[in-house]
Amino acid sequence: MATSRRAFLGYVLAAPVLVAAATPTGAEAAADLLDLNDIMTAAALPTSGLISVEINPDGTVSFALPRAEVGQGITTSSAMLIAEELSVPVDRVRVTLADARPELLFNQLTGASNTTIATFTPIRVAAAVARIRLLAAAAEKLGTTDLRLRDGMVLDRDGGRRIGIGELATAAASPRTLAVGVELAPRESFTVIGRPHNRIDGPAAVTGRKKFAMDLDVPGAKPTMVCRAPTINGRPGPVGNLAEVLAMPGVTDVVPISTGVAVRADTFGQCIDAVRALKVTWRPGPVDGKSDETVLKELAAAELPLGPRPLTPVVEGRFTFHFRSNSALETNCAIADVQPGSAEIWSALKSPIVAKQTIAARLGLPSSKVTVHVTEGGGSFGRKLFFDAALEAAEVSQRIGKPVKLMWHRADDSRQGRTHPMATSRVRIAYAGNTVLGFEQRHTSVTTDLGHGLGELLTAMAAKLPIGDAAFAQTFFQFSHTSPYRFGVHSRLLSETGKGFNTGSMRNVYSPDTTCARELMIDQLAARMGREPYRFRREFLRDERSRAVLEKVAGEGGWGRAMPAGTAQGIAFHSEYKAVSACLVEIDCRPETVGRPIRDGVGGPRVTKVVFVVDVGLAVNPRGLEAQMMGCVMDGIALALTSSLHLRDGHFLEASWDDYFYTRQWNTPPDLRIIVMPGDSDQPGGAGELGVSAAMAAVACAYARATGTMPTVFPINHGTLSFTPKPTIPPIPASPTDGADRA
Amino acid sequence: MPEHTFRVNGEQVTVTIAAEVRLLWVLRDILGITGPKYGCGISVCKACTSHLNGRAVTPCTVPVGDLQPSDEVVTIEGLPATVGRDLHPMQQAWLDHDVAQCGYCQPGQIMAAVALVREAAAEGREITDADLDGLRNICRCGTYSRIREAIRAAADRM
Repeated sequence: MATSRRAFLGYVLAAPVLVAAATPTGAEAAADLLDLNDIMTAAALPTSGLISVEINPDGTVSFALPRAEVGQGITTSSAMLIAEELSVPVDRVRVTLADARPELLFNQLTGASNTTIATFTPIRVAAAVARIRLLAAAAEKLGTTDLRLRDGMVLDRDGGRRIGIGELATAAASPRTLAVGVELAPRESFTVIGRPHNRIDGPAAVTGRKKFAMDLDVPGAKPTMVCRAPTINGRPGPVGNLAEVLAMPGVTDVVPISTGVAVRADTFGQCIDAVRALKVTWRPGPVDGKSDETVLKELAAAELPLGPRPLTPVVEGRFTFHFRSNSALETNCAIADVQPGSAEIWSALKSPIVAKQTIAARLGLPSSKVTVHVTEGGGSFGRKLFFDAALEAAEVSQRIGKPVKLMWHRADDSRQGRTHPMATSRVRIAYAGNTVLGFEQRHTSVTTDLGHGLGELLTAMAAKLPIGDAAFAQTFFQFSHTSPYRFGVHSRLLSETGKGFNTGSMRNVYSPDTTCARELMIDQLAARMGREPYRFRREFLRDERSRAVLEKVAGEGGWGRAMPAGTAQGIAFHSEYKAVSACLVEIDCRPETVGRPIRDGVGGPRVTKVVFVVDVGLAVNPRGLEAQMMGCVMDGIALALTSSLHLRDGHFLEASWDDYFYTRQWNTPPDLRIIVMPGDSDQPGGAGELGVSAAMAAVACAYARATGTMPTVFPINHGTLSFTPKPTIPPIPASPTDGADRA
Repeated sequence: MPEHTFRVNGEQVTVTIAAEVRLLWVLRDILGITGPKYGCGISVCKACTSHLNGRAVTPCTVPVGDLQPSDEVVTIEGLPATVGRDLHPMQQAWLDHDVAQCGYCQPGQIMAAVALVREAAAEGREITDADLDGLRNICRCGTYSRIREAIRAAADRM
């Protein structure tokens, strides 16, 4: 049999029940060394680095996904892949999250919207191996090879004789590890992949049964919180009233650690009271005294110059993007049980291997003595690439010799947590007549911390990259940016400045900002060249697939319809992660809308309609993809209009959700339509972060058109402080006591 | 240390703890009822929303000492029993519309939605866009549109 693009090599592992496996690096293509479906002993195979699918005697299928599920729906899409290749119902596939497995090296990092791209083939290969083994075992029992798999059963030709796969789990097992060639199902035959499927964890989520780290019952792990400095990354000095706080109701331990003073108590409520009571002398942090204004000056000084100004006409713009909070709804948290000689950690971690190694080093233990369990995460958007809470929990547990359930207060998460770095983006586009000659962009950003494994991944890959030993960030910047428009000579450069802030990616790193700047300038350029902005984009987009999403969004969204003064449309395009997307927005900037009363919140311009069109090639689960795009749209609205952090005197003023204005129901578009293009690829693209860029850019473009003024500072309301900042000492607010009265 | 007796999800409970400890921590840390989530501790995010005598409250702002033996607290875990089914119609609508993403805010969202629909029904009116705009529960995954669809669907079945 000839090998094809769908032919791969997988393995049957030596085990008492059927365990089928594949390499996690995209599975090896089956070459000439064996015919498909041939089986050979693979005695020397290092099986520890494989991902595997296990058939259980009860007819279920188990798979431990080496990624973090933080809401993006990858447990559901992974179950769908297995269901497709194994012909079992999706609800019989049990997907759990794998503990940290150092032997997987870089294949346990959840980031850059890469999970489905990277695991699409290996998961299917493992399932396809299991399929072959199950059919072979059934053939032995039934005395015929004319068999098929359906709904978790092996059936003979007329369906008269059938055996459940659970009954075959032992017979299909192998005492030796075997290599098996498989051919994956072609796209045309899919019955599960590509069809909308509800989330497999939905029932647990809506009944309160879904367990997050803080919901786990680890014996002796009592609530623990940390009293933190009034400025970013400030360090603790002497504590004035340690004994007094230790004597407070419920408090079991008070201990200074590297990041503050930790308190362990019977309840988190008593932790909050104790943290508020602590009198600590604080040492300054690395950015004390800095403010929005000083950082803007640093960014201006670090900006790389544009090239020599051409003799032809140009449009030029400079945009500022303020710090934004990367707080998920679940604050940073982890459970740690550090014993003499070993440690066990539970936390939602997107880089569990780096976490394991770093925690081991901090505790002075061999890495092999630290077990890291990856729990379900309550949102991430990049935040859970970092493991600050796990490291802290381990430190506290070791210091006091007791298990701890450590959680950051919301105020800590907002003020000392990760942020999307402040950045400026300068764009110059040169044109002459009907031709665009060149596109230059200089993105200048506070340094983005990539020290969570992505940096290491790029180091390891550096030899294979065509740009040599460029800095990680520059590498990441270049590789996450394509040039979707035929704009002549492109030049895009990143420069970074300033350390000391807790930064990280936030549903992408650079693209929402760089795309927003680019799309606003394209509207300017089109106007200058006397062109209609949609047709202009359409003409200059590079390929048919890109044009198709733009045409679709313009058609479905009614681009160009007449609208009242003070309201307008915006349109934008973005491509990344092997996907293309386009967004059409309608916005209402009329004074009566902008000024509508909102208690403890920000109204502002209302996005009234969003149409979002996406083509990810092959959408494994279109319903999940729609959900991701919906979330991306809400992020894009927040980034353009309402959500930012204000830096003053070395700390952020925002401390909770009543002052950090992420999109709320009163900001959502009443009319939202997500359109998933059928796509013609047999490979999926990434989605988790994809939609933010086009959404943010389209909102900005609509705002510019509605108000007649192109915004250059984001979010547009950053100049107005819409709240009274909470104190920094004590670092966290008291809980109100009037809840029952408000019932 | 004082004792506090009240009802949770149909059962009478008694806890021994300082009166000012907020109900959220009594539920989560003492009683092991973890459906209500912590998201802010100041009644801003509404992730812990539960019902006290049928009305929505944020347990993070209710001192346990304020509760009387006759007070009935219902968390997401006890919601289905209030209608004598395995799932409340709001939970079923949530599943039908595949609302949850990470799921962290969802118990609070559902409890707030049930209270909103009950309130509107008591006033003899339909759920309006303004009602939905007025929901204060934060969903950082941004599932807001599906939340609105699910509430409208459930309102017809409640």
